[in-house]
Amino acid sequence: MTTKALVEIKDLNFSYDERAILKGINMTMPRGKVIAIMGSSGCGKTTLLRLIGGAVTPSSGHVKVDSQVVHELSRNELFLLRRKMSMLFQFGALFTDLSVFDNVAFQMREHTNLPESVIRDLVLMKLHSVGLRGAHNLMPAELSGGMARRIALARSIALDPMLIMFDEPFAGLDPISLSVIGNLIRRLTEALGMTSILVTHDVHESLKIVDYVYFISEGVITAHGTPAEVRESASPFVHQFVHSEVNGPVPFHYPAETYATDLNLESSVA
Amino acid sequence: MPRRIVIGIQGVGHRVIDSVWRLGYAARFFTLTLLKSGASIRRFSLIIRELYFTGVLTMVIILVSGLFVGMVLGLQGYETLQKYGAETAVGTLVALSLVRELGPVVAALLFASRAGSAITAEIGLMKATEQLEAMGMMAVDPVARVVAPRFWAGVISMPLLAAMFSTMGVFGGYLVAVVLIGVDEGSFWSQMQSMVDFRFDIVNGIIKTCVFGVAITAIAVFEGYDAQPTAEGVSGATTRTVVTSALVILGLDFVLTAFMFRGVG
Repeated sequence: MTTKALVEIKDLNFSYDERAILKGINMTMPRGKVIAIMGSSGCGKTTLLRLIGGAVTPSSGHVKVDSQVVHELSRNELFLLRRKMSMLFQFGALFTDLSVFDNVAFQMREHTNLPESVIRDLVLMKLHSVGLRGAHNLMPAELSGGMARRIALARSIALDPMLIMFDEPFAGLDPISLSVIGNLIRRLTEALGMTSILVTHDVHESLKIVDYVYFISEGVITAHGTPAEVRESASPFVHQFVHSEVNGPVPFHYPAETYATDLNLESSVA
Repeated sequence: MPRRIVIGIQGVGHRVIDSVWRLGYAARFFTLTLLKSGASIRRFSLIIRELYFTGVLTMVIILVSGLFVGMVLGLQGYETLQKYGAETAVGTLVALSLVRELGPVVAALLFASRAGSAITAEIGLMKATEQLEAMGMMAVDPVARVVAPRFWAGVISMPLLAAMFSTMGVFGGYLVAVVLIGVDEGSFWSQMQSMVDFRFDIVNGIIKTCVFGVAITAIAVFEGYDAQPTAEGVSGATTRTVVTSALVILGLDFVLTAFMFRGVG
């Protein structure tokens, strides 16, 4: 990972109230690469994306995007930075009162003074790149889950951002849509020269398209490496995760009192 | 002191603190909405679009209700006034009741139920489906782009809808008193014209509707924006909009009436 970093995370800690979510995270994300952040549900992956996007402020440490410390930016500076980055939400987050065309055109109309004829051409080009030019007149309610995700992807590349963050881009998709989205992420990252950060727990699909993987468990990075290194990793957590094993360091049970205590067996025996 | 009483007092304290905190948050949100209204006023097309949803789509219920309220006023007014041989004053009674009180208050209650609840539900659902957060991540301020246009559309719609309500009410009173019962048409209109004062009655009525418009829409956008992003959260916020708006309308109506009509006229 020698290319100049677009995102640098240094000694990052984040807590909700008293509950520590992320503990001492250090990451480097070079430009032009696809990086995956994996981990079981609730391990802080999405929070990490929100920290990169400046939606929440770290308890300590910092996130630098394009050499700017995100949480130190003023609101205007943050919004200027956000014009160069984009986020694809888990279920697309398309604006339900706008058509597919208007969803993709949204940022162009908000942030540029382009004439409507140019916007029309650009929107159709973006939609063409995700294979849904023919759907430009549909409303979000008329789209399948996979189509909505692709439209959201077209919307997220509307202003050719330097960075796109994908929050669970494969969640709830059928195998065909899943492959389509995976290929689009890889292809668009290369074609537009942007950096993509994927937060996912879909190991098999993401290992096919990413350049580097970070594993997070209980708020700390437990392993990282290229897909090949990850597949061969001896780390018990990575092994359990990559091979979808039930038994391993990630416990099946949520922390609780002993089973006997909860069922009042100890007192009845006594 | 028994533990239960202590816990009870603590609970009341927590509720009071939460309510005061939320009121402060609502005031900050209202100020923020006003400060960020510049963009939506410059791009008036955003407000026009919302005027359709909050104003035009509320017209049917306003017009129909206004007509029936006016008809009932005509009937009831005639029944009472004819006992004193003053049935020609039914036009004045209908007009004054509508312009001073029933027009602003009933139209505001209907507006809160129809448009206020819709605004809350829409903003709440946008929050629950991450649309507001997505907008923020696109460097577009959701308060300026979503909240402010809806707020101003509500503020503009409310007086117009109340005027329509009162007009339809007067027409309903005319239908019942003049067309159905046969009160003299000339007396009906001329007494109304001579007794209803433009500044004292109509302008005060308009001031009331403007105040109600600001109150209802401010409550609606705040409840939507502050809703918990779940089905229960949005449903609870929608209910709160209607209930809070109704109480605020009635409370404000008393205060405004006390200032405007202190036993005069």
